[in-house]
Amino acid sequence: MTMQPLAISRYSIVNCLGKDPSAVASALGARRSGLAPCDFETVTLDTWIGEVAGVDDVRVRPDLAAYDCRNNRLAQMGLEADGYAAAVTAAREKYGAARIGVFMGTSTSGMLQTELAYRRRDPVTGALPPDFRYAETQNSFSLADFVQSYLGLTGPAFVVSSACSSSAKVFGHAARLMAAGVCDAAVVGGVDSLCLTTLYGFQSLGLTSRAPCRPYAIDRDGISVGEGAGFALLERPDDASAPGAMLLLGVGESCDAYHMSSPHPEGAGAKLAMRQALASAGLTPAGIDYINLHGTATKANDASEDQAVFDLFGGATPVSSTKGSTGHLLGAAGITEAIISLLAIEQGMLPGGMHTLALDPALRCHYLTDNREGRVARVLTNSFGFGGSNCSLVLGGAG
Amino acid sequence: MRVFVEGIGLVGPGLDGWQASRALLAGTAAYVQRPTVVVASDLLPAAERRRTGLPVKLALAAGREAFVNAQRDAATTATVFTSSSGDGENLHYICSTLASTEREISPTRFHNSVHNAPAGYWSIATRSQAPSTSLCCRDASFAAGLLDAAAQIAVDGEPVAVITYDQAYPQPLHAVRPLSASFGTAIVLTAQPTAQVFAALDVSYAPGANATPMTDSELDHLRATVPAARCLPLLAALAGGTPTVVDLAYGEHHHLHIEVTPWQ
Repeated sequence: MTMQPLAISRYSIVNCLGKDPSAVASALGARRSGLAPCDFETVTLDTWIGEVAGVDDVRVRPDLAAYDCRNNRLAQMGLEADGYAAAVTAAREKYGAARIGVFMGTSTSGMLQTELAYRRRDPVTGALPPDFRYAETQNSFSLADFVQSYLGLTGPAFVVSSACSSSAKVFGHAARLMAAGVCDAAVVGGVDSLCLTTLYGFQSLGLTSRAPCRPYAIDRDGISVGEGAGFALLERPDDASAPGAMLLLGVGESCDAYHMSSPHPEGAGAKLAMRQALASAGLTPAGIDYINLHGTATKANDASEDQAVFDLFGGATPVSSTKGSTGHLLGAAGITEAIISLLAIEQGMLPGGMHTLALDPALRCHYLTDNREGRVARVLTNSFGFGGSNCSLVLGGAG
Repeated sequence: MRVFVEGIGLVGPGLDGWQASRALLAGTAAYVQRPTVVVASDLLPAAERRRTGLPVKLALAAGREAFVNAQRDAATTATVFTSSSGDGENLHYICSTLASTEREISPTRFHNSVHNAPAGYWSIATRSQAPSTSLCCRDASFAAGLLDAAAQIAVDGEPVAVITYDQAYPQPLHAVRPLSASFGTAIVLTAQPTAQVFAALDVSYAPGANATPMTDSELDHLRATVPAARCLPLLAALAGGTPTVVDLAYGEHHHLHIEVTPWQ
């Protein structure tokens, strides 16, 4: 079934490449990676990460001090970047606070706060320290609650937490709730922040690379964990005030029904999600100019995704993964790569993947290892997560 | 938004399945609180079953019962999973390990730590590739799931199952987030009446933090102290079989207004 396109009238992004969309676009244009050897907190792992500088110096708005944690600091950085919060304020004036939904993706929310609190348990009783705020930091909803409070909105809000597809799926939720008339506009996005659980967890699965991650490379050996925030404001195209707004054209979702932490070897679920995204956009594969892959740089993901993309699109459509630049933002990967896709459309520049010196000859898609200029009208972007949760988005320019 | 109720599954303290619980939810039999008994689902192979925590067992048990009652094929039905707590035992294990000098965490524990672990195991167990999401809205997690499912049905016209569950936390997390019991419910909803449909729900997002209580004080305590159990007034209305209005709080300023109409 085709969906009514939605206008993406404003967006914001913060990650290791930069603190607003133009900084991120510049880094991609200059082929500057944000990855660095891991020196996060007390972590002693031989891996690279995409850490955002200056998060520790951020002060959460005083009235929301109870929400203070790394994840919500990153959220605030994203909300304050590039006039995003001001655009939402204007939308609030226009539609009313209760008519704007807030749908946020995160995988670990304020997990780091809980990890740190566990180090400060009372030696006698085992109790967590009195300053630990469960609802405002640990609970997954913390992020949507913080964002909704920060923006003064009162429409329906929730967090989607489906691992690494979370902040792609929020677009689908917003589209449905808007189509059903529950809200007139939506703040969608995602935030994930570095924590020990994901760093040690991916290490335990043998999925972290000891060098910067190298999607599609013959020697790829795992991910680089990153962090960041991204937000978009969705409106119906007729209502959108910003001329030249970008469009959400299609959303496709599926499950692998195969394994908790390995993708289906032939990418069956991924293919289903991409097919549905194209169908909901009313497009054939030929209508897509560039594919921003999930491209985590694990052996299994890239092989499975390549097979799925090749089966649907053949070997001519240019594809790349930007995780060599940003790292894998997990629950924030979907929104981050959706916005990178919008930047590709806006700038007429396909971002080539970084760190990949020798392509894996077993992979058949047309993988870009260098930036390429050219008109980009429509992009498909993939996000796949643990539990076999798949989501593909189709984004386009309004023109 | 109008949706139709086709089947329900329920597992909670003293609530051993929908059929067995109908009379006490409707107030025609006395509720006696007992610890939640979850029968491990045979939907998963034994090897997989051993790896799963209580939230997966709650979701699978409630989900399976709802689909049996609905006489619907789970393999082709979209799902909305929703939980406030996620897997608290697993969270406690991971945080304790990371606070120790030996930080190696078990890979199975790690992949089970994702909020969508029950959704992942459900899709494997039922071989369902249909769209599935996993939500959290703290105390309003069930309300959020129902609202999302109703919108999905209104737009796509396809059936959706809402599966909600919460597990009581172990200490020290219990002290900061006391949930009184472990609880799971599943509701299979459709766009059109079918032979199994027994009620219609008209769902809207409305101002005011209204919340319909349970008549029985113990059931109301359960409702108030387990986010997934916030659905109990809706289940009571469905068990009662008379037209009823149910309000479920959604955040501090809004609620879901649900008009329940028996259907036959």
